[in-house]
Amino acid sequence: MRHRQAIAALALVGWFLALYLWLYQLGVGGPLKCGTGGCEIVQTSRWAAFLGIPVAFYGVVGYAAILTAALVALQPAWLGRRSPILLLAALATGGVLFTGWLTYLELFVIHAICRWCVTSAVIMAAIWIVALHALRTTPHAPLSRTPAPRTDP
Amino acid sequence: MNRFYVMLGALAVACGALVFYLLRANPSAPQAATEVPVTVVDDGFRGYTLGSDTARVEVTEYSDFECPFCASFAAVQMPTIKEQLIATGKVRWRFRDFPIPGHLYGRYAAHAAHCAGEQGKFWEMHDQLFYNHGWAQTGKNPTGLFRDFAKAAGVDLTRYDACMDSGRYASRIEFSRQEGLQRMVDGTPTFYFNGVKFTGPRATSDVFKAIADSLGARRK
Repeated sequence: MRHRQAIAALALVGWFLALYLWLYQLGVGGPLKCGTGGCEIVQTSRWAAFLGIPVAFYGVVGYAAILTAALVALQPAWLGRRSPILLLAALATGGVLFTGWLTYLELFVIHAICRWCVTSAVIMAAIWIVALHALRTTPHAPLSRTPAPRTDP
Repeated sequence: MNRFYVMLGALAVACGALVFYLLRANPSAPQAATEVPVTVVDDGFRGYTLGSDTARVEVTEYSDFECPFCASFAAVQMPTIKEQLIATGKVRWRFRDFPIPGHLYGRYAAHAAHCAGEQGKFWEMHDQLFYNHGWAQTGKNPTGLFRDFAKAAGVDLTRYDACMDSGRYASRIEFSRQEGLQRMVDGTPTFYFNGVKFTGPRATSDVFKAIADSLGARRK
């Protein structure tokens, strides 16, 4: 249960972070607060959109999906089951691959680092690690036994 | 379990408040660097240059950082011109500001370039502003983005911030624009080859090379 709670909390933080970046791309608010980073270079580069949709929006949807799955997994009916953890691990794997690709672009193509994006990548990696750990520690459901056919004495 | 949901709710409120705060704080671009100065003084500055002082041909470019044609020229034609004409000593390039009045942040961008220029990074900032020209299409306040550009250009940000706040180059930029008006600059980019206005249909590196070769041959 702790794993699912941790994933829910991490996904919630990640969702707000992605929401902030998405609202910035929609023109809500002013410049990104980034310290001495290169957030706006990254966010105004041609890589800030994927298939015509702002990258941050994928984050909003992805984190919302993970958060929802984690909250459902915490419901009593699902607590003993392994399938919600499998779903969380699958979602987190997709997220890690996507944020990993974005981090690669920042480091080697755009040559600027967006601290918010790196933070998002770290959160997603943490979700992935927790989900994998949960997968290892959650036991498989016992195999159902077929009752032996009755024989007449 | 209930305790967990209370904590999750508290976390949501805290994160929401933080996002709200981050979006609400919206510093405007310093007025001193964005508005036309009241007084315009000639400080003797005649633009940043690239290339040899002994080049036979000098090209003066009047440009606006917010102008898409200027950005296209800087990104597509200028690298070849630098390689074939400037680096070879055939041409000296002079950059003059001509911010178009209707452009919201053109004057501000020019000021950012001058603030980088006082640290010896004008051309690096010039490239940042033109190569990453998405800012000119969004209409968003580019204050933070230009700081990022300055950082990428190797500019000391403390000195850059002080320079932008002071607006110390606003007069120089306006002087350059007025000079352009006197020289009949009617759009950007406008070029002058040894003082003669270029009126050709297309400003490409090939055309520039042909003109530079022709002018260079005449001066031999």
